[in-house]
Amino acid sequence: MSSTTMTYREAIRLALMEEMDRDENVFIMGEDIGKYKGTFRVTDGLFEKYCQNTSDWLHEPPHPEIQDGVGRRVIDTPITEPGIVGMATGAAMTGLRPVVEMMTMSFAILALDQIINHAAKIHYMTDGQISVPLVIRGPGGAANQLSAQHSHSIEGWFAHVPGLKVVAPATPDCAKGMLKAAIRDDNPVIFTENPGLYAMKGEVTDDVDYTIPFGKARIARVGSDISLICYSRMVHVCLAAADKLAEEGINAEVVDVRSLLPLDTETIYNSVAKTHRAVVVYEDWKSGGFGAEIAARIGQDCFDDLDAPVGRVGGLNVPTPYSRVLELQCIPNEHDVIAEVKKIG
Amino acid sequence: MPKPATASDLVAPKEDLIRYHREMVYLRHFEEKSNFAYRQGKAGGYLHVYIGMEPLAVGWLNNIRKGYDYVITAYRDHGHALQLGSDPTATMAEIMGRSGGLSRGKGGSMHLYDIANQFYGGWGIVGGHTALAGGLALAAKYRKEDRVTLCYLGDGASNAGVFFETMNMCGLWDLPIIFIIENNLYAMGTALERHAADPELYKRGFPFKHDYERVDGHDMVTVLKDSKRIIDRCRETSKPCVVEAMTWRTVGHGAADNDRQLYRTKAEEDEMAKRDCLYLYEKYLEDNGVLTRAQMDQIDAEELEKAEKVYDDASESPHPEIEEVYSNVYTDMEPEKGH
Repeated sequence: MSSTTMTYREAIRLALMEEMDRDENVFIMGEDIGKYKGTFRVTDGLFEKYCQNTSDWLHEPPHPEIQDGVGRRVIDTPITEPGIVGMATGAAMTGLRPVVEMMTMSFAILALDQIINHAAKIHYMTDGQISVPLVIRGPGGAANQLSAQHSHSIEGWFAHVPGLKVVAPATPDCAKGMLKAAIRDDNPVIFTENPGLYAMKGEVTDDVDYTIPFGKARIARVGSDISLICYSRMVHVCLAAADKLAEEGINAEVVDVRSLLPLDTETIYNSVAKTHRAVVVYEDWKSGGFGAEIAARIGQDCFDDLDAPVGRVGGLNVPTPYSRVLELQCIPNEHDVIAEVKKIG
Repeated sequence: MPKPATASDLVAPKEDLIRYHREMVYLRHFEEKSNFAYRQGKAGGYLHVYIGMEPLAVGWLNNIRKGYDYVITAYRDHGHALQLGSDPTATMAEIMGRSGGLSRGKGGSMHLYDIANQFYGGWGIVGGHTALAGGLALAAKYRKEDRVTLCYLGDGASNAGVFFETMNMCGLWDLPIIFIIENNLYAMGTALERHAADPELYKRGFPFKHDYERVDGHDMVTVLKDSKRIIDRCRETSKPCVVEAMTWRTVGHGAADNDRQLYRTKAEEDEMAKRDCLYLYEKYLEDNGVLTRAQMDQIDAEELEKAEKVYDDASESPHPEIEEVYSNVYTDMEPEKGH
């Protein structure tokens, strides 16, 4: 299959456009995603593309008092995350397919009641009468000195909740294929990006129906001596660590989990059965993060395969500081991964 | 001796007025059976009945396009489900957590849903569902349909932050939604004056460019007139509206509220009993020659019998199978199993 080189940001944008072209029920809403093009410019051009005609507008004719206007398929919202997620959930309950952008996933904390107590519960409480085809996407994790309130990796919080699906792609191709799968999914999906990935380039499959099913991990690097298990930007940290370990004669396999819920334990366990060693790497606070769940499962289910205790590398258990020096100290890098690999022996 | 009414004097055709009476009487008996189920241990958890507030379900929901307009409410939801056409036995079975329930026992009293009738529940987080309601109205506008969304909420929910956020967006985008604040004067056990800085809750709509007004919720005749006018206007203008309907729950907040005198006096209850909605409506029907006392007694007996049969039938419904615990967490996969 042919492919095109593009950035992670462009891959997400292309997925949004292809799905909006395919299905009129798909629309996007969020803060400054239209006229302003999105804080990370992910939605650049969508307002112009989809809100040209007055019939594309929520106001008909456009409300004279709203100078910027509000498009029907690209909806600029006020800064009110609970309201945005709640209204998107309500619209999804009728069969529309909203894709909500959280300016950062840290702001999804405001909307936790709507996500956890409403969206995630609806299909079950109604015993299947109502589905919620909702996607909540946005950057999670530290960027560059955004300090303590804008740097959360909270995908593990969501992966704790039955009723949600949670994915965290690491490459442009995964981003496109998984976002399209998320939009076509009839369940609420948390789609975590990472600010550090947006500019990353990669080959993206040219096919408007190319989707990547959830619950399938990806072997990002084949190896035989140790399994580095990770997701999102940490995949690239682990790949860098693997390159350095190779210089020392340690051949690491990198498993890109990419789907936290559902979790592909089979691929993880097969890798551990082959290498007999595992280090789980995640950017979230080390204590209680999703990597702890993966580590616990490997420890319990792969006990006979393991030649060493399961290692873990996570973010420091502190609020993310502003100082670049301190911030970098918090985020796991390849040196931390290599140190853990050597520690478990 | 009042002047005999002519058809044009009546708020609705005579046969409709009689049907509304039947529906109010039935709802009251149904709710008394719900409370009975709780006392018998057949219903658990939280259970909130609609006794005293019947016109807000019976009156308003007889003026919408049933099965087309969207309806959503909080946890005091039995009346809305019945009024929209949910099978009463399935409704009672859900309250009892049985497999014959609307959600086969997964929702319970607070979480009744019936999508065939466009009844969207049934929600337990105070104020949380108002945002969902805004989304229903957004969907109607998105699809260019003339559906109206009716969102009921309590006076306690009118203080919730997400309600204000939702009103802002509904006003900003002119969404066809009516927020009906069922003001029964108490947020659980906290009196209106003790929970709202401005107890005139209809004013909540003013800063968000909604239509807004306070209406009576006791007098069924007034309720029928107001609800028709407001629903028709909302459909016509696609403009949101906040309605504060003054009402009164005769009973406690929930089935577990067994000491109402902690927050309201016996004298207050006696005074409000004079304005009981069923008493007022029956007086209207009698004064206008629609029904005689004997006919109403007959209706009361018939509806009580129906409610008792529903109670008995629901009690016969089996509990869910254990395997059901895993179904419908997702549309397309099962959750991981086991402890």
